[in-house]
Amino acid sequence: MHDDHHHHDHDHDHHHDNRYSDMQARVKALETVLTEKGLIDPKAIDAIVETYETKIGPRNGAHVVAKAWSDPDFAEWLRTDATAAIASLGYTGRQGEHMRAVFNTPDTHNLVVCTLCSCYPWAVLGLPPVWYKAPAYRSRAVIDPRGVLAEFGLTLPETKKIRVWDSTAELRYLVIPERPEGTDGLSEEALADLVSRDAMIGTSVAGPRA
Amino acid sequence: MNGPHDLGGQMGFGPVAPEKDEPYFHAEWEKRALGLTLSSGAFGAWTIDESRHARENIPPAEYLGASYYEIWTRALEVLLERHGFATKAEVDAGHKQIEPATPKRILTADMVAGVLAKGGPCDRPVETEPRFRPGDRVRTRNFNPETHTRLPRYARAKTGVVEAAQGSFVFPDDNAHGKGENPQWVYTVVFDGAEIWGEGADPTLTVSIDAWEGYLERV
Repeated sequence: MHDDHHHHDHDHDHHHDNRYSDMQARVKALETVLTEKGLIDPKAIDAIVETYETKIGPRNGAHVVAKAWSDPDFAEWLRTDATAAIASLGYTGRQGEHMRAVFNTPDTHNLVVCTLCSCYPWAVLGLPPVWYKAPAYRSRAVIDPRGVLAEFGLTLPETKKIRVWDSTAELRYLVIPERPEGTDGLSEEALADLVSRDAMIGTSVAGPRA
Repeated sequence: MNGPHDLGGQMGFGPVAPEKDEPYFHAEWEKRALGLTLSSGAFGAWTIDESRHARENIPPAEYLGASYYEIWTRALEVLLERHGFATKAEVDAGHKQIEPATPKRILTADMVAGVLAKGGPCDRPVETEPRFRPGDRVRTRNFNPETHTRLPRYARAKTGVVEAAQGSFVFPDDNAHGKGENPQWVYTVVFDGAEIWGEGADPTLTVSIDAWEGYLERV
């Protein structure tokens, strides 16, 4: 391990490790080596990709939000035990093991970030978007949230409080946006259509898709 | 460690660039990188904390220039070599050269749905009562370990208020280095923007972190 570390440092003297200049080739080589060793099943990789492309995504979280808007008992359950409440809808597992729901109010807007890596509630939102994992968002969400929100086209009243949740431990946060006005009587399914991924991160609010 | 990953409050990265109708993957290799990372995690040879630390250890100029799946791939190669599953030389060559260590399990396609649905809970019971209660004022410790920690630099030596005890969890500062899970209570601690950022801070801003008990001292 230590020898490896020195090699690694040495590579850095050349400014860039050329191993990673062609990621397609590098990852293919890695998969080939591990497959030849019998350590991985390429079909398992296919199954993982298919799961996150088709089964686990923001539609899950939108269902949770719509139910919270429609069912006060469910909303209360979300406040007290979000992991169990969300599991009751069938959304469990990887990067959703320890959930917390945070509710926007007329006074306070919630925004979620992971400054240290890219912790994100996969079980309800799926894989995170590139911007969530990139330095611009991770660096600025905690110091300049209004500036960040403006880049998403969201301008909040100057008096509205902003609470930023930095996901530094294993809790994963789902923002429950405020229910838009004029949505009385809509079905849960119609309500879910008003809930974007970004509204559940806090970089947007609920409403008709722009 | 004060690595390139600890980004809160750094400047100069420009605007956030949301992409309309962003696809889950931007290249085929990203799909394989995700799958390889999860499949290799199933070996049971390292923890999520060790894998995070491997990513943090990518030198700053490379970390900040890499996409997230590249960061994952670089760290995965380090972990595979460290634990005897594959060497960088093998990946360079593109073929197996040595027999690997024996994994605790190999993820096959039929296991995927169950493994993803189960996840990897890291709450653990502890014998002690929580040392802090909601409403307590606490100060985060001032330290600069060369090892893994989840107390970001911007939130060190800052005074805040405990909002909730969130349960007891594996302590990553130890677990990342094979020193055991040593669970501790975790608290959500809220800071005023001005406590963290000082002059010119947004007066409407509060920031919270989730802090292990050992990060906190009573004020």
